[in-house]
Amino acid sequence: MTIRPHLDQDALAELQDVMEDEFGVLIRTFIEDSKSRIATLRQTLASGDNDAFMNSVHSLKGSSTNIGAPQLGLLCAQAEVAGRAGQMTEVRALLAEIENEFHVVELLFERWLCSAT
Amino acid sequence: MDQDLPEKHPLRILIADDNDVDRLILKSLVRRLGHRVYQAVSGAEAVDRYRQHRPDIVLLDVMMPVMDGLEAARQIKALAGEQMVPVIFLTSLSEADALARCLEAGGDDFLPKPYNRVIIEAKIKAFNRMRQMHETLSRQRDVIHAHNQQLLAEQRLARKVFDNIAHTGCLDAPHIMYRASPLSVFSGDLLLACPRPSGGLHIFIGDFTGYGLPAAVGALPIAEMFYGMTSKGFDLGEILREINQKLNRILPTGMFCCACLVQANFHQGELRIWNGGLPDGYLLRPNGEFQLVRSAHLPLGVLDADRFSTDVVIIKTDPGDVLLMATDGVVEATNRDGEMYGEARLQAALGPHTGAAAVFEALQEGLQAFTGDQQMQDDATLVVLEMVSGSLLPAVSAQLVLEARNGPMHWESSYKIEGPTLSSFNPLPLLLHICLEVPGLRHRSSDVYTLLSELYANALEHGVLELSSAWKNSPEGFSRYYAERERRLKNIHGHFIRFHFRHTATDTGGKLVIACEDSGKGFDVQQYLNNGHGRTPYAGRGLALIQGLSESVRFHAQGNHIEVVYHWRLP
Repeated sequence: MTIRPHLDQDALAELQDVMEDEFGVLIRTFIEDSKSRIATLRQTLASGDNDAFMNSVHSLKGSSTNIGAPQLGLLCAQAEVAGRAGQMTEVRALLAEIENEFHVVELLFERWLCSAT
Repeated sequence: MDQDLPEKHPLRILIADDNDVDRLILKSLVRRLGHRVYQAVSGAEAVDRYRQHRPDIVLLDVMMPVMDGLEAARQIKALAGEQMVPVIFLTSLSEADALARCLEAGGDDFLPKPYNRVIIEAKIKAFNRMRQMHETLSRQRDVIHAHNQQLLAEQRLARKVFDNIAHTGCLDAPHIMYRASPLSVFSGDLLLACPRPSGGLHIFIGDFTGYGLPAAVGALPIAEMFYGMTSKGFDLGEILREINQKLNRILPTGMFCCACLVQANFHQGELRIWNGGLPDGYLLRPNGEFQLVRSAHLPLGVLDADRFSTDVVIIKTDPGDVLLMATDGVVEATNRDGEMYGEARLQAALGPHTGAAAVFEALQEGLQAFTGDQQMQDDATLVVLEMVSGSLLPAVSAQLVLEARNGPMHWESSYKIEGPTLSSFNPLPLLLHICLEVPGLRHRSSDVYTLLSELYANALEHGVLELSSAWKNSPEGFSRYYAERERRLKNIHGHFIRFHFRHTATDTGGKLVIACEDSGKGFDVQQYLNNGHGRTPYAGRGLALIQGLSESVRFHAQGNHIEVVYHWRLP
């Protein structure tokens, strides 16, 4: 299984440069947004709303990649592939991994923000 | 082109993405490039924002709630209309199908996630260049369009001026059918008709090399000279000579006018035709027989005055005979296979007929059957003239001339031409001009001209040249008559013709006495008066005409001196 770093330090540094003062807002937005999307993932998986699940996992994949959380992005991509193939057991396992990975990423981001300020 | 423009002038860019993180990042990236950003979180909002701000470039996420990116792209492109708005889809999609759908919806390109600032900058620059190029093109197209509109407006205006000068004259008279070419605002074809003071008619049909403005410029002086000289009583040859000389002078080498000038003399039942470079004309008898009127000259504007010939073909006609003249657009009309109509088919279409309208119709039908459903060729101009007895045109309604008694009422004048002048000069326009100084005679110009021209023709042809009108009774004699006339005209020695006019007022109007005397041998008047018409050298028709118009006709002893009294009355 492919393993990627939790956070891409180079990408984050560049992003911090681009965002300037808004970097903190961006990270908070990411965390809140991801929380809500993960909740949606769980909910839609339970209710069997496959389309809504796919939309959310796609969106989470995009923002994770963009913000520099490659492992989270990779897990989302794998869940997207499995979801499209209808392998629901796999999807459920991946969702658990996504939740774990997000907790790690969230912790690391908090730390980053503290050290930055 | 100014490549630095995007940096100097910030662009207005719309970003639509429901994913807050992605949108925040992209917004920051684009702002850092110096552009102004508008944001939207759904497709519907993107369309609203577009309508509101008209941004230069639109960046659209594909998957959004409340109208996805594809539909938003369609609506934005529709709103933009002719303006070019680059729409770039933001996507991490990678399947070919999905990407193709984006392009079908009107997308211009993709921007992959995660965003790369170098690629973003490059794409924005590239699309801005394209947008500017499109704008430049649109602007130039609008300028060209405006120029073209102006040109058309000017041409329409010029056309009005042109039509006022080169109007169709009396082409709408009965027994004339015609079709004038509508090729462009100015066609290279020219068709004119003008009544002669004598009651006859001149028709000019011409075809300039080229068309458009150059042809129109050449056509104007032709029309001026044709109408001016015809109504003043000038003869066919004189008009041709003037026109040729003028065109020779004003047209550049390689430009000329294939033309045919027709003089129709209805009283005499005679057509005089000069054809320079036009296709064969046809004189069609009602029984289906026809005579070709071939081109015997180079077109107008080619030869200088010395080498230009005004020899005409003279055809004796009966009422009901029809003359057909056309530009080459008729015989060169093509069918779908590119075959030309040709003279054989034209002749086959022209059988026995019952007049101008019938010939015109047969011709149109023949052409249409040949060319299929196509319209008659654009550059085909043709005219059909039916010979009638007497006058073609209804008599000009005698306008009340209130000042009829003003002007010269009592005067006398003598005009004598001698020797070689007789063979080269036509005095009729000048003589007519003198007589028409009398206001009361002005709207009788047809009468006066007829009297003058008959008297002059008789004095010259029978008196001086001693030609016998009896020859004219057979077709062979007819051409012999004119050949002999030409020959003898060149060898006139010691002859003269004198006109003497005396005009006086009467209680009811005026009296014009015209005496015409020639140096010929004359004839035995007494014998003529005793025996009737047989012996007079005057053509029967000519004398009948004079007698019909005048109060009295008197021959002096030798027959070479005739005096005509013409009365006009106040309306």
